[in-house]
Parts: sequence; structure tokens; C-alpha cells
Amino acid sequence: MNFSSDFFAVFAISPSWDVDIDDLGVRYRKLQQEFHPDRYATKSDAEKRLAVQAASFINQAFDTLKSPLKRAQYLLALKGVESDQETHITSDTVFLMRQIELRETLSEISVKEDSWSNIEALRADVESTYYELQAEFKHQYESKLFDDAFNAVAKMQFFTKLLVEIGQLEAELEDA
Amino acid sequence: MALLQISEPGQSPQPHQRRQAVGIDLGTTNSLVASVRSGMAETLPDEQGRHLLPSVVHYASQGASCVGNEAAEHNISDPLNTILSVKRLLGRGLEDVKMLGDQLPYDFQTDQGGMPKIATACGLVSPIQVSAEILRKLVSRAEASLDGALDGAVITVPAYFDEAQRQATKDAATLAGVKVLRLLNEPTAAAIAYGLDNEKEGVIAVYDLGGGTFDVSILRLSRGVFEVLATGGDSALGGDDFDHAIAEWLRQQVGMSESLNPTEQRILLETAKAAKEELTDSESVDIEILDWSGVLSRDVMDALIEDLLNKTIRACRGSLRDADIAVDKIDTVVLVGGSTRTMRVREKVTEFFGVEPLTNLDPDRVVALGAALQAEVLIGNKSGDEMLLLDVIPLSLGIETMGGLIEKIIHRNTTIPVAKAQEFTTFKDGQTAMAVHILQGERELVDDCRSLARFELRGIPPMVAGAAKIRVTYQVDADGLLSVTARELTSNVESRIEVKPSYGLAEDEITHMLQDSFSHARDDMQARALREQQVDADRMIQDLLVALKEDGDKLLDTEEIQCLQVAVKELQKIRAETTEHRVLARQVETVGKTSETFAARRMDASIKSALAGHSLDEIEQG
Repeated sequence: MNFSSDFFAVFAISPSWDVDIDDLGVRYRKLQQEFHPDRYATKSDAEKRLAVQAASFINQAFDTLKSPLKRAQYLLALKGVESDQETHITSDTVFLMRQIELRETLSEISVKEDSWSNIEALRADVESTYYELQAEFKHQYESKLFDDAFNAVAKMQFFTKLLVEIGQLEAELEDA
Repeated sequence: MALLQISEPGQSPQPHQRRQAVGIDLGTTNSLVASVRSGMAETLPDEQGRHLLPSVVHYASQGASCVGNEAAEHNISDPLNTILSVKRLLGRGLEDVKMLGDQLPYDFQTDQGGMPKIATACGLVSPIQVSAEILRKLVSRAEASLDGALDGAVITVPAYFDEAQRQATKDAATLAGVKVLRLLNEPTAAAIAYGLDNEKEGVIAVYDLGGGTFDVSILRLSRGVFEVLATGGDSALGGDDFDHAIAEWLRQQVGMSESLNPTEQRILLETAKAAKEELTDSESVDIEILDWSGVLSRDVMDALIEDLLNKTIRACRGSLRDADIAVDKIDTVVLVGGSTRTMRVREKVTEFFGVEPLTNLDPDRVVALGAALQAEVLIGNKSGDEMLLLDVIPLSLGIETMGGLIEKIIHRNTTIPVAKAQEFTTFKDGQTAMAVHILQGERELVDDCRSLARFELRGIPPMVAGAAKIRVTYQVDADGLLSVTARELTSNVESRIEVKPSYGLAEDEITHMLQDSFSHARDDMQARALREQQVDADRMIQDLLVALKEDGDKLLDTEEIQCLQVAVKELQKIRAETTEHRVLARQVETVGKTSETFAARRMDASIKSALAGHSLDEIEQG
């Protein structure tokens, strides 16, 4: 079934980049207390199915709003801008160069001595850029410059992926 | 005005009759059943006062089988007909089973479905049937002890069980005639038992090393909500592997050949297991086997199991990373599973988490206790407002794409229930069907992941290639079980889906087995089915009348209201007249269909209004 509330309305908050994650968590748990299928364990199959759908919807709403990238994409989607494209081509050559440079740094780490201090430096670098991009998005979104905001999201997507890869490399180093 | 109900003298009406629910820990080595009595969860003993039921089934030639301690007595004398550790085979394919081949000396055969079956003196039995035998035994123990039929059970599974293993567990319950309220992850069950006991708040790590499975879960507990942040483990690693490592060492010491017969194998394993258990309390143990005698010291055993333990610590580290929790943020560590009695396991865990683990509940019973507490809430005996579990899917779900690659649809450690939709299009003009292959696992290649099922979407309206838009929705419920629906969007045609579980039983196979096992008790079953349908019908009538009164005018137009009123009247009439459970079931289903839209609108409206107009303070106060 389709639920008519948007993800912000579910939590009774207004659509905005700024979301207090702790507050969101409290609201989320309150909703699940009411709609989780476990509350319907002795009800009819049809009601159980509805509860599964409702709880899935609430989970998806929480998952979307707590992640900076997904929240940004969702805010744009509410404005009619689809930003969830895997291959977004940016013409920003400075950004492209930086992308290449960061990828090279990452691929060299695994073979170099002293991997840990290198990877920590890379993580710090990537994280700080990621936060800058979020600030950029917030500014552009609030100024209703949705095309620019769209570009910021595309860059955030790249940095999110890079952070995941850094995490994987850290895991490999830890387990080695 | 309602008529007053007056009961026969001596028979008091029980409008709020307590419903009987139990928690079942269906373990690799031992199984338990527990229930809540006067507010306390306790495991239920058999007539001899034994709480643990060995998960062993013995099949004798006259079609008779026995379960538990009695079955375990045949372990050495009749190894091929004495099924141990069947949990390791549940939901597995023949390939996986062959990998365990040297550990489980059964005569495996496979049917067309690819599900391994064990050849016994009673014929071929599937792991699901063996598990159902164990469940039946536990249920009859519970019914004797609670003095009445069970209304439902919570059955625990390793958190790291994949979909096929969960489905197999549920199928076993269906075969045993148990209504499953919920499949509950074992570490989560343990956290409930400890959390509710100690009224803890904060981040909990549960380290669960059983006979054949290892699980680790990281949970946050706040205001009665258990939120699983991440889970990991190995569904084929456990105390059994300690026994095998020790048995292998023994074999070399004794100088036995590598190809052992089943009886020699069992002797070595039993000796290894006994030695391991003795080393919990002493530094060394004298061993006599055949004409060999020697000593096994704890240091030597620790060295033998060190690699296995390092594997578990790696999984702990991975789960912390997935949960995004630093190891020093762990407030509580809980040990579960008989294998955590081994001293070296405790040392390793304490060393890694830097916290002395809680062990005040019996590690063998804690899972069943937690399951019983959850069962009590689910069945509705206890107002569960304060307790809620939010669990996650342990392994990613994906579909096969071009070139044997996997595209992930739902990532591991996503909170369940969860639904994800995906859109496909057709490849050829006029194409009316497509095949989707669903897998579970973290690797990139199809061959490295577990095949769950193949779906065929049929009934796509013929169109030019690329014109059809088929939305496939994957729904994982709170038990971690998957269902799939598909719809062609341009024509709004629902596609039919045929599920072929890769290693499970098909729906009709279960029905068939159920009919077989019930054929001698047909009348009983009819009466019971009618009673169940009547309860369903009554509840449906009651709920619908209340709902119509509350929301009918707001959410439905006059025609819709009339339509529902007619349906309810018809149901009331059939409920009063029929003795055929199928007739009643059909009408219940019809009314269910008629009221579907209304129910969906009500759910939508209640989500909308749940938090609206409340301040955060009010929300926090609950």
C-alpha cells in the first residue's frame, strides 16, 4: 500500500536539512511501539500484513532522514529533483581531479608501510570535505538553488562511497 | 440490549482467559522450552526433572522414533539412525551438507528439489522433519506442564541464520503443529532475559557460541526498546568444532587412520567432548581410548581452538564496525551458549571487550527464558507497551544480474521489517515472463552467495521491448522472511509469482506432510479448524463494527459503508449456521478482501496522526 505522509510528516517535523537525530530517534521508537508487527501478533493475517507494511514505511522514513546523503536526496525529490543517479557526470574539473587524487591515495595505502597513519589522514581529509559539502548543500537548498544543491549531492555520493571503501580497507587491516 | 450470559453452576466464564505461550530454544545440541509463570520466566523440565532436551532423534526400523535422552543412548550403537546436530543441516543444500560430511556420518540422498534427506531405518527423512520431531517433544512437555493446549510459541534462531534456514525452522514448526508467534534471534532473546532482569540501559554486546553456530549482536537498550545495531557471526562454527579439533588431535595421538568408521568417529568425538567439559574446571585431564592412554592439558586444548576463537573475535570487530560503535562504548557483555563455559572463550571475550561478561543466568537457558518473555508479550497476556524489539537482517539480499554478478537490494544490518522496490523492463518484443534469481550473502559473485529462490514473473502484458515497467517489491517481515510481489505499472497488472525455494519445502509438500501426519486424527482436526475459524470470524465482526463506528464516516463513502455492512451481516449469518470450517473460512476471506481498503486507509490515517500535535516531551513520556 502507499502511505500518504511524507517522511518528515510521519515524524511530525517540517521538511528541513536540519534534523536533530536524537529527537528523531525518540519519535521513531514511539512510532514503532505502536505500529511494529509484534503489536499485531494475535491479529488477523490481513492486519499483520498491514502492520508489516506500516513498520517498513516507518523504518524507511527513519533510515532516509538519519543519513545526510539520503536526506539530501529526499529533500530534492520532494522538490521534484531526482538526484539518485549512479552516474552523474559533473563538469567540475577541479572536483574530478580531486576525485582521481583521492582514489589514488586510497589504492596506494594497502601496499605502503605505515598504513594506519596514512589511512587516518585520508579519512580525516575525506570527512572534512564531506562536512563542507553538507554545509554547501544546506546553503544552496535553503536559497532554493536546487540545481547547485543537486551538484552538491552528486559530490556527497562520491564521498559516501569513498568512506565505505576506507572502512573496508580499515577492516582488512584490522583482521590481517 | 445485550443478553446477560449466565454460566452453568460450577463453570465460571473466563472472558479474559490466559493464553498459553512458550519460548522454544531449538538448539544444535540441546533444546529447551520455557514459559512465564507468575511473572517469572522459567524453563520447563520433563517428568524426570531434566530441563535440557538433547536435540537427538533416533529412527528405529518399525517406524518408531524417539527423541532426546532416550535417542542419545543409540548414539554409538546405531550412529546412522541416530540424528544429531540436525540444526546444521536445516535449510542447507546437498553441497553444504557434503562439506560437513566428515563430521556427520549420515547417508545423504537428495530429492528433485535438491534438499538433502537422510536415509534411516524409517525411510528418507528431511532435516525439517527431524526438527519437527524435536519440537513436538517440547510442545508435549509444555502442554503437560502447563495443563492445556498451546496458543503459540516464539522459536529462537541464530541471528546469522539466512532466509532459507529461517524458513526451514518455520516449516518445522508448521509440521509440528505449532503456531509461530515470532522467530526471534537468539542473541536478542538473551539480551531480553538480561535486560529485563537487570533493568539495564546502554549498549550491550551478546556473544553467543552454541554447539554449531556463532552469533554476535550489538544492541542499544533504551526505555524498553531493544534496538539491534548490527549482527554478525558464522552459522557453521560452534563448540562442535572444538570437539572435532580435539578429536583430530586424539586420532593423531592414538595413531588411528584417517578413514574412521562411524562408530570410531563417535567414540573419538564423545571422548573429545567429555575432555573439553572436564577442562572447564581442571588444568588437565587423563584420557583413555581403546588401548591408548594419555593426558590433555588445558594449554594444549587452548592452542587447538585458538584459530576458531580468533574467527569469533574477528566477527565481533566487524559487528562493532557495522554498528559504528567503539569497543569502549560497550557497557555490558552477555555470554550465551554452552560453549562459553570453556575458560579460554571467557578470557578472549573479556580481553577483547575490556568488560567482565555477565554470566549470572545459565548460558544454556538464557535464550529460552528471553523467548518466553517475548512470547508472553506477543500473546497479549502482558501489556507489552514497555518492551519492543527492533531487529535487523543479518545478510544482504540481492538478485542475479548479467554475468553472474549480484545487485544488492537490501543491505545487511537494515532494520526489519523492510520493503524495497525495484523496476525492471522487458528485453524482447512481446515478452510476457521474466525470471528473477534471489540470493543472500555479502560477496559479489552469484556462485559465492546462497541461492534462496527463483521467481518467475508471468502475465506481463505483451509490449515492445523496454516499454513494460515492472515493479518488483521485496518485503522482509519481522521474522526475517522474504515475500515478493510484482506489478506492471503501465497496465497495472499484477504478475503471478512462482516461488521455487532452493533448499526448502514447497508449500504443497508441507500440506502433504501435514495431511499425512493428521490423517489418523481427521475429526479432531476438523473440530479444531472450525473453532479457530469461529474465533477469527468473531474477532473480525467485532473489529469491523468498532472500526465502522469510529472511522466509517471519515474514510468511506456511503456505498462503501453499505457494502461492508452487508458483508458483515453475511458473515454473522454464516458464523451462526455453518459447521463447515471451509465455508466459514471462505466468508472470512471475502470480508477480509472487502475491508482491505478500509483497513489500509485506517492504518494510513493513524500513522498520520500518531505524533501530530504532540511535543517531544509528551512523546518521551509515552
